[in-house]
Amino acid sequence: MDMNAYLSMFIDESNDHLQSLNENLLQLEGDPEDLSIVQSIFRSAHTLKGMSATMGFEDLAALTHEMENVLDLVRNSKLKMDSFIFDTLFKGLDALEAMVQDIIDGGTGKADVTAIVASLQTILKSDYKSGAASAAPAASPAGQAEGASALLDQFQSSILLQSMESGHEPYYVQVTLDETCVLKAARAYMVFDVLERTGEVVKSDPSVQDLEQEKFDRSFKVFTISTVTADSLQAQIANISEVASVEVTPLDPESLASLTAAPAAAAVEAPPKPAEAQEATPAEAAKKEAGEPAKRAAGGGQAAVGRTIRVDIDRLDTLMNLFSELLIDRVRLEQLASEVKRNDLTETVEHMSRVSSDLQNIVLKLRMVPVDSVFNRFPRMVRDLAKSLDKKIDLVITGADTELDRTVIDEIGDPLVHLLRNSVDHGIETTTKRLESGKPEMGTIRLSAYHSGNHVFIEVEEDGAGINQEKVLKTAIKNGVITEEESLKLNADEINMLIFAPGFSTADKISDISGRGVGLDVVKTKITSLGGNVTVHSEFGKGTKFSVQLPLTLSIISAMLIKLGSEKYAIPLTSIVETGIVKRSSMLNVHGNRMIKFRNSIIPVVSLSQVLESPDFDETAEEENEMIVIRKGDKWAAVIVDEFIGQSEIVLKTLGKYLTNVHAISGATILGDGQVALIIDPNALIK
Amino acid sequence: MGEELKVIVFGLGNEEYGIEVERVRTIERLSPITRVPKTAAFIKGVINLRGVVVPVLDLRGRFGLEETSPTEHSRIIVVAVGEIEVGFIVDAANDVIDIDTDNIDTPPEIVGGIKAKYLRGIAKLGEGRLLIMLNLSEVLNRNEIVQIEQLEV
Repeated sequence: MDMNAYLSMFIDESNDHLQSLNENLLQLEGDPEDLSIVQSIFRSAHTLKGMSATMGFEDLAALTHEMENVLDLVRNSKLKMDSFIFDTLFKGLDALEAMVQDIIDGGTGKADVTAIVASLQTILKSDYKSGAASAAPAASPAGQAEGASALLDQFQSSILLQSMESGHEPYYVQVTLDETCVLKAARAYMVFDVLERTGEVVKSDPSVQDLEQEKFDRSFKVFTISTVTADSLQAQIANISEVASVEVTPLDPESLASLTAAPAAAAVEAPPKPAEAQEATPAEAAKKEAGEPAKRAAGGGQAAVGRTIRVDIDRLDTLMNLFSELLIDRVRLEQLASEVKRNDLTETVEHMSRVSSDLQNIVLKLRMVPVDSVFNRFPRMVRDLAKSLDKKIDLVITGADTELDRTVIDEIGDPLVHLLRNSVDHGIETTTKRLESGKPEMGTIRLSAYHSGNHVFIEVEEDGAGINQEKVLKTAIKNGVITEEESLKLNADEINMLIFAPGFSTADKISDISGRGVGLDVVKTKITSLGGNVTVHSEFGKGTKFSVQLPLTLSIISAMLIKLGSEKYAIPLTSIVETGIVKRSSMLNVHGNRMIKFRNSIIPVVSLSQVLESPDFDETAEEENEMIVIRKGDKWAAVIVDEFIGQSEIVLKTLGKYLTNVHAISGATILGDGQVALIIDPNALIK
Repeated sequence: MGEELKVIVFGLGNEEYGIEVERVRTIERLSPITRVPKTAAFIKGVINLRGVVVPVLDLRGRFGLEETSPTEHSRIIVVAVGEIEVGFIVDAANDVIDIDTDNIDTPPEIVGGIKAKYLRGIAKLGEGRLLIMLNLSEVLNRNEIVQIEQLEV
């Protein structure tokens, strides 16, 4: 079998599992008693192990196997989680991630994991005995089921017993399939589907894995806790085609004892290691209302398969490019139709325009990815940072389902990492300092994302020390970012913005986490290059909030097309405040700079023809000029142009690798007539 | 015998130049060029090459030769070096030939006013016909262009 064909699927799925391992481990760290989380972790690890072994990545499989062994003890209450075990598991997870990354990069996924394996084995050896002893009282209700056989272990029979005590109906289900049954695994799956819809499966024999791989003869047995009656369950299962017979036996303590004892002899050859079996065994089943859908979703998501498909991102890019071509033709057609002025043509073109704008929305939506794919690595990062700095920090994430174009998603990870590191390092105070200032010991960082108009906002807010403006000003003056004179004119927000200046750092000593010379200026540059904006609001002693504004997509934007003599340019609509006409006589001359009055303030006049060295347009020759008022943050400017052409959806194209950093030009687009028009970068026009 | 090299031949002034055929994406007639402000003078602007925006250089200007106005023989040769894709305006392009690498000599210091570093060599084609092989990576060297831009701006 050619494994390469499955490699991309393996990588995708491994990443999913690693992600869920990471999330669940973090969740478990917050609530170490919740065994249902251990169950999900175990399941992910188990699947990962299986996949890696199938693909021949032995080191991956071996390490996962060791982690699984530890988790198995935990889930069977034979081992209590402690910070050493968490750290070791996280280390193992990091190693797994590194290996998968190596595979993605074309490597073999080999790595030296002996150190981690050794620590995992220490946990297994040393803690096993003491853990087993301490776990005994936890399993006390199972005491009477002492003689439970290899088919049901103590833990499982205790679950069944507990569920009886709390008034639920446990059943022992025996299913036999038709002799002629072709897809035995599929039928078994359908039976499980029924069982899981009506309740919780505690244990199956053979194991779910074996059933899925058709490693069984014709019949299998299941212990389940159900919300429906035995008759109804029997009818539902019997309804599945190719099921020859089904026997649903309600369980009471005696029958449980006899049933578990009877097949014991037959099941003796089953491996005593419990790690292999018991897949769908939510440990808390007994305590929880059976059939709670939300909890189950965490364990096995098979039910959702088929509703979504994975698409190679290159294909989406191609679709996007083809669509842009179409968009260019559409504009061209609209032009032609308006020239030809034939009703039927105009109508057809109008219809096509409507269809293509719907199409545009769908194509754009296809490329939308929840920010979760970026956010999900932060809990772990903040945990590790907080630990290394000996701070207590709670990271609260909201709006992780907010969607953004993939091109933007790919870019915002690094800036956000910088902002979060800044919050952890500079923002949140040490535990002692927090207690001194009457704050709760645990600092809170809120990471939130939300839509607003054509933009997405991502905010990083913490309840830390806030920005010390005096110190910021001192440092800025010392580093030559501003002069003392300038500093007097700044308002609070402007002072805060100084921390984004290149080479700026208020950290007294350079720590390992931030202030290594890679400062917040990188963040600002990156976000600005994405067409976004970052602001900071801070209250001394109370906390700081970074707010990042990003465009939804980078590929298609609304723009105003303008003329400058024979040349056409596009100005992004997002930065345009207003268009209008300005008389030459109303222009003021302030210190040699032209200014105009605009809504009670005086704003500078920018001559686009001068900035772009226009060969055939000079506005000074005209009495009245068209102007576009643009803004960058809270700074405004009036840009003088020759003529407005109109508003249009344009497809962003780069100027390529040869022409980089062209002044005041952020890219190009292709107009309806096939000509290239340059896109003005309004930010470069305002100083 | 050295290796066979397939070369696109184009004319610039009185000389004939060659570029390896693998480097050439396409040869186009002149189409409207959009000027890009504040770039070196030999960068004529950008064109729409079937949906892709491609910068166009005047090769005469790039080599510091006198620029002439285009004729109906003028062509844009689009070449690719690594991730960089650029069109060259040349006087004419009309030949593809095979040459033997043995027949390529190292260039003298200056050929027709062009510095040696832009050249890969001179190929003798027989009957006294000489072909100047371009060193594209050097012709498209960004660092040097940045210097030129700074001088001009």
